[in-house]
Amino acid sequence: MNDILRVVHELGGGLFGFVWPGVWTVVKIAILLGIVMFCVTYLTLAERKIIGWMQIRMGPNRVGPLGLLQPLADAVKLFFKETLIPSKSEKLVFILAPALTFIPALLGWAVIPFSPELVLADINVGVLYVLAISSMGAYGILMSGWASNARYSFLGSVRSASQMISYEVSMGFTIIPVVMLAGSLNLKEIVLSQTDLWNVVPLFPMFFIYFISVVAETNRAPFDLPEAESELVSGFNTEYSAMTFGMFFMGEYANMILVSTMGSILFLGGWLPPLPFLSFIPGIFWLALKTGFLLFVFLWIRATFPRYRYDQLMRLGWKVFLPFSLLWIFLTGAALHLLGKA
Amino acid sequence: MMASVASLVQSFAFYLFAGMAVLGAVLVVAARNPVHSVLSLVLTFFSTAGLFVLLGAEFMAAVLVMVYMGAVAMLFLFVVMLLDVDFDTLRQGAADHLPMGLAVGFAILVELVVIMAGIHPGEGAAHAAAVPVSNTMAIGKVLYTQYLYPFEAASLILLVAMIGAIGLTQRVRRDIRRQKVCEQIARRRDEAVELKEVAPGQGA
Repeated sequence: MNDILRVVHELGGGLFGFVWPGVWTVVKIAILLGIVMFCVTYLTLAERKIIGWMQIRMGPNRVGPLGLLQPLADAVKLFFKETLIPSKSEKLVFILAPALTFIPALLGWAVIPFSPELVLADINVGVLYVLAISSMGAYGILMSGWASNARYSFLGSVRSASQMISYEVSMGFTIIPVVMLAGSLNLKEIVLSQTDLWNVVPLFPMFFIYFISVVAETNRAPFDLPEAESELVSGFNTEYSAMTFGMFFMGEYANMILVSTMGSILFLGGWLPPLPFLSFIPGIFWLALKTGFLLFVFLWIRATFPRYRYDQLMRLGWKVFLPFSLLWIFLTGAALHLLGKA
Repeated sequence: MMASVASLVQSFAFYLFAGMAVLGAVLVVAARNPVHSVLSLVLTFFSTAGLFVLLGAEFMAAVLVMVYMGAVAMLFLFVVMLLDVDFDTLRQGAADHLPMGLAVGFAILVELVVIMAGIHPGEGAAHAAAVPVSNTMAIGKVLYTQYLYPFEAASLILLVAMIGAIGLTQRVRRDIRRQKVCEQIARRRDEAVELKEVAPGQGA
């Protein structure tokens, strides 16, 4: 691996000269985004297949062997549909909104460490960066509802934005004990601090709350009130079609994968193997396995639970999760002090 | 050669972020639609965060985006979107306030010039390089030691403001039906669901 990298660097340095570091960064970004987009397309298929099996159906099985080419067919369909823009809408904001939802979902990947060496930007405030970027996602949704100039869209987007703000708070508070244990905001150091014991063991309630909060923050069932089809048609994306809709769609799935990866890194030991003697298997495999498990739970929840009522959702976030995670921060601090670690 | 490329990229990024920040700030006051104003404000916040990153203050950048973009501007946007006010009529008297606005603007400009005159570039950078801690840790250290009391006082003021805002806006309405969460949670399956044996053709 290192030999290949050296050869690539020598070749690139010869070809591009002093701009090579820039070109190399672009190449790395392109590879990362390619993998993320591949996972997004196949997550949509996995969702339909898994929920199908849970409901004793086949799921998509017409396009390609076992329906494996279905995401391709969906993509082609979305690309070639006509983009409709309502005549009374705010054109510029209407078109910007899907991009503003989609881009933050991809930006977050910049700081994710896939293994000790494999990280695009190893910055000191990785956790804060991901939180900050994910808080930007709400703008696209709020803008889309307002720009559509339609009641269902607007109600959906207002619901979504207030839901995202509320659950971001409880999500942020569940991450604080993790940061306290690691003593760093750097994602790599957070993983390395779990070498002896994964955070999920001492912080199990926080992991639980984190997972429920991210389900709510990504607007997934049973908290998918922003697009509750029984009351709001399709919520904030009612007026969107073709690729403008596609960007909301892909943004949601990219966000799901991102928060699942974050969950694996913060609580399940990231690239670390469950037992030390298993370390001959590459770390990225373990991270993928853990992320895949969390994504499966996402789909499992969707197939199992009925949708929450809006007041229940707000009550859960503000009156249950928030006080409990505040208490847990205090307990973590006390425990660290008593154990003499801080 | 390497260093010059890096500094070229850095100055390009600086002018890009600074330009966007200024453009956003101009649009905040120039936009006719209040929602566009708030969105321009968001652009300014984001560009300013970019400038913080260029200064090496990534903690400040992240906090700026989280607090100002994630919460403050979001609530602005909420209020402005939900308000149904004809802003053109509100604007009609705007010209009368021009002298006052210019005076305030000039005062801020003078203050900024005075502050900038007191800063000697390079001094801070040399100081920062001498201390081998990340700026997050540096902020945390002074915030919880040297500035502990002002910090706690500020948070207390915010708490009082929050309680005040809730107290002022909350009104308990007795004429509407409310959800009684305790009763809903206390409900059990056997008092809500009953399984009946229905003979064929006898149902409905």
